[in-house]
Amino acid sequence: MCKDGQKPAEAFSRNAGTSPSGSSVAEDLVRAFLSGSVQAAARIITVAENRDPAFFDLMKLIYPHTGKAYVVGITGASGTGKSTLTDAFAALLRERNFTVGIIAVDPSSPFAGGALLGDRIRMQRLSLDPGVFIRSTATRGHLGGLARTTNSIVKILDAFGKDFVIVETVGAGQDEVDIAGTADTTLLVLAPGLGDAIQNMKAGIMEIADIYVINMADREGVDRLFSQVKMRADQDFDLRKNAWKAPILLTAAIHNEGIVELVDAVESHRRFLMKNGRMQKLRREKTKSEILHLLKEEITEHMLDHFLGEGQFDELIDKVASRRKDPYTGVREIVRTILPGHA
Amino acid sequence: MPVEKKVKVIMAKLGLDGHDRGAKLLCRVLAESGMEVVYTGLRQTPEMIVEAALQEDADVIGLSSLSGAHTHFFPRVMQLLKEKKMDRVLVLGGGIIPEGDIADLKKAGIAAVFGPGASTGEITDFIKKNVQRRTETG
Repeated sequence: MCKDGQKPAEAFSRNAGTSPSGSSVAEDLVRAFLSGSVQAAARIITVAENRDPAFFDLMKLIYPHTGKAYVVGITGASGTGKSTLTDAFAALLRERNFTVGIIAVDPSSPFAGGALLGDRIRMQRLSLDPGVFIRSTATRGHLGGLARTTNSIVKILDAFGKDFVIVETVGAGQDEVDIAGTADTTLLVLAPGLGDAIQNMKAGIMEIADIYVINMADREGVDRLFSQVKMRADQDFDLRKNAWKAPILLTAAIHNEGIVELVDAVESHRRFLMKNGRMQKLRREKTKSEILHLLKEEITEHMLDHFLGEGQFDELIDKVASRRKDPYTGVREIVRTILPGHA
Repeated sequence: MPVEKKVKVIMAKLGLDGHDRGAKLLCRVLAESGMEVVYTGLRQTPEMIVEAALQEDADVIGLSSLSGAHTHFFPRVMQLLKEKKMDRVLVLGGGIIPEGDIADLKKAGIAAVFGPGASTGEITDFIKKNVQRRTETG
């Protein structure tokens, strides 16, 4: 995607080309980034979000500096208190002298394309702490609970030197489970008063928790929810012969209650992963799916670019819409022109 | 394939001022026009707003004040932006701002002030026009 001689990202076109030292704009930006420039970090994230032409060059320079941060995912339905929990969790990590990066994902409008990113409202006490970097990011049409670019932003904050990177997903329903492929430890945040016991027995998001967090534990209905979740956790443990049994923690994040226990539980999970080569295995799996994902994206885009440029696409739409051709045959014909001998 | 660049806006309420209906409405309006709007919530200091704009790589900051403290807070935001070399950020003011104060705020670097009666379309257009001008000319 980054062709030689192509104009560098609009985001830093003010000093486009090469600098007096002869290094590229990307190199200069990454140098500033690695020496701790918040502005450079923020700009690189924007380049990633926009998939500007410089994206691949920048990530190439950044990648060797990644792999040190511990990534915690915080997911759950909207209104369960994920942002408030993120705030309390990050504040305690800071007390223990860890630096923290936070990626807060909120949905983009499917109609207007814009977004209202409101997670920062709950994170006021972190806003002037130089050990914390918070970035709000919109899904821009990506499904699965994260933005397409969230994995890249995790890497950027990792290379920026943050000890922990916390990823707060969009309000997740039942099937937004991408976070499990991004985080080392996934927290599933639940709150009393949403749905009956059957909801907690279903597949999907209930399965990806390394730690269950019942937030708003000062509200009514906590005991019932706890026993439902416990039944689920016990069953998963028995049925799947999992080595890790997901604990269930009670928190009231807004009052800072239960947060010490939560941080300790994440630490236990981290110690569990460190044993018997589990962490290496986990990260290898993630690397595999990430490469596959990137490869699919690149191949799809290049082929679509090529194909959509030919004017065949409009022709096909017309034919299919007027029932002169069926879409199944049309698609196979296209694949055959791109990949001779296939299909 | 580059994705369409979105205008990123920080919308903020400064100081001891709980009147946020206007700011919240504007968040929705700007998001409806395709922008990505970070609402920081109430009781922000200029330092908090500028730090948020820095981390979010914001193109625009909207400052809302209905408490009369704008002559103190708005220029302070501009000063901090200058210190951090964030001169390209377009800063707009809104709320209850007496006519007589507007010239001074503009002198301090506030690009425009929108009071009661300003149409939401006017504000959206102003941002789109001026943000574009900034990225083109640097």
